Amino acid sequence: MPESRPRNGQTLAERAAFVREQARWIRKRALRMVFDARQGHPGGDLSATDALAALYFDVMRYDPADPRWAGRDRFILSKGHATGALYSTLALAGFFPQEELTTYMQPLSRLNGHPNRNKIPGVETNTGPLGHGMPVAVGIAIAAQIDKADYRTFIITGDGELQEGSNWEAAMTAGHRKLSSLTLIVDRNRLQQGAGTEDTVGLDPLDDKFRAFGWDVVEVDGHDIEALLPLLDGSIRHDKPLCIIANTVKGKGISFMENKASWHHGVPNAEQYEQAMKELDA
Amino acid sequence: MSSPVTQKSGLFDCRDAYVKTLEALGAADERIVAVVNDSVGSSKLGGFRDRFPERLINVGIAEQNMVGVGAGLANGGKVAFVSGASCFLTGRSLEQVKADVAYSQANVKLCGISSGVAYGELGPTHHSIEDVAWLRTMGDITVLVPADPWETEQCIRAAAAMDGPLFIRISRMGVPALPRPADASFTIGKAEVLREGGDGAILANGTMVCRALEAAEALAAQGISARVVNMCSMSPIDEEAILAAAQTGAIVTVEEHSVRGGLGSAVAEIVSQNTPCRMKILGFAGFQPTGSAEFLMEHSGLTAPNIAAALRGLLGR
Ligand SMILES: Cc1ncc(C[n+]2csc(CCOP(=O)(O)OP(=O)(O)O)c2C)c(N)n1
Ligand SMILES: [Mg+2]
Repeated sequence: MPESRPRNGQTLAERAAFVREQARWIRKRALRMVFDARQGHPGGDLSATDALAALYFDVMRYDPADPRWAGRDRFILSKGHATGALYSTLALAGFFPQEELTTYMQPLSRLNGHPNRNKIPGVETNTGPLGHGMPVAVGIAIAAQIDKADYRTFIITGDGELQEGSNWEAAMTAGHRKLSSLTLIVDRNRLQQGAGTEDTVGLDPLDDKFRAFGWDVVEVDGHDIEALLPLLDGSIRHDKPLCIIANTVKGKGISFMENKASWHHGVPNAEQYEQAMKELDA
Repeated sequence: MSSPVTQKSGLFDCRDAYVKTLEALGAADERIVAVVNDSVGSSKLGGFRDRFPERLINVGIAEQNMVGVGAGLANGGKVAFVSGASCFLTGRSLEQVKADVAYSQANVKLCGISSGVAYGELGPTHHSIEDVAWLRTMGDITVLVPADPWETEQCIRAAAAMDGPLFIRISRMGVPALPRPADASFTIGKAEVLREGGDGAILANGTMVCRALEAAEALAAQGISARVVNMCSMSPIDEEAILAAAQTGAIVTVEEHSVRGGLGSAVAEIVSQNTPCRMKILGFAGFQPTGSAEFLMEHSGLTAPNIAAALRGLLGR
């Protein structure tokens, strides 16, 4: 098991290496959770893992012993189905015991298929229906603006999720109010539940859309931690909300899952599980 | 009406009856279109899409848009079957359902897939135990909760045959085909007495009807004769059948829905203003904890033994 706290005073390469080890652990743990529960959303767990690991093990300020500390940076997983990755991350970060991950989706477990803030420390708002995270994140950022507080708000949305109009209403509000403490990571894996985003209702050009709504936009390889960290860690100042289009691979790290819509909520059999774990260890 | 179904063994996913019927209707009537929200798979509409590709409109993950688009298609002369997970179809789009569909009297058929607690472990965001309450209060939209594949088929045929808004719950929970006489027919607004009985009545709909029948069977063995009434049509509702049930003196209602605002409430609204009788409303008390659909039903007492116990409780036996 890797160390679970961020380390300071290191080179970018050292920081990235540390985050990568956490990400490896999260991927393996998430996959085991899906395998044991016989359900879950492995594709979207795996595409979001690197961004989650970068946030929780390098970028964000938080105290697992005081999860509602007023000065904490906020994180919202708007694509609330990626609980395998989210719960593994929160447990690794110390918000609840790692042993509890074995109860994922078991009767009366607090680790529901979608996160519940009233049960799980570290969860800011209950997600599951897509397109809910952005307005809540915008509200948090406005509160910070009113209070002249220096905490930041991060949000991960799916890309298919951006077909929901609520995201664009919130994006317009954020752009209008220049909510510079707000950072959106779009998990741009180009797949939704049933097919590719561009074959369903296309999102491109996504960068232009956000720019037109008053955001700064950068595109990055969402699995390149060394590229992600400087975009997230506040070292570049923005006077607008920041949208990071993270180009990712759904099912990242497991060859037979990568870029396949069927692994959106597929569950590996024993043989596939074994192969997947080998690949994640390699 | 189509060929009668006698009791078959095994359990059925009512989505299969839904899509089979919709495909048959679609082949005969070009006006029929399906509108989905990235839900081709979960609505089992792959077959419809392959047969009528230009009549399957996937608006993406955008339910408010989906319902509005359905209303627009109806305006253009289509018969729009709008199909998505019931929780999002109703909850997310409630105002579109109210203004664009019910109030506008658009010829839109809202098909709420995997209603109730079918999504089990995915939790309260994905459960749809409020849908009947929300839509029933609008009055100007037909609300149907079929119990088995035969009834699902009849509902879809009735939906296509009528001009106007309709909501139907389509469960994916395995249900048996209910025993019915060969000349059984389905009419919107009519309840179906599945078992005669005079000591008390069990009124149920959807996935709970088979459990109500099982409870009545158990009660009969204990010398209690319980009527079982299938309340598929929630709006309009069969007042006559409810008042007749009230004449037995005791009514238990059972629904895969919140105890607030659904079947139990609808029955209470009628009996309380006409012939008050003792009642017990079985359903879900509110947001559910983690668990499979079957676990959650057990947890809330939506089982045959508990239904039987509820009626015995009312009768003091
Ligand atoms: C409002 C709403 N509609 C539909 C769904 C069902 N659903 C769950 S995940 C998903 C696909 C999401 O695709 P995307 O946002 O691209 O996520 P990812 O690829 O990262 O898994 C859908 C349609 C939902 N959860 N919420
Ligand atoms: Mg995606």
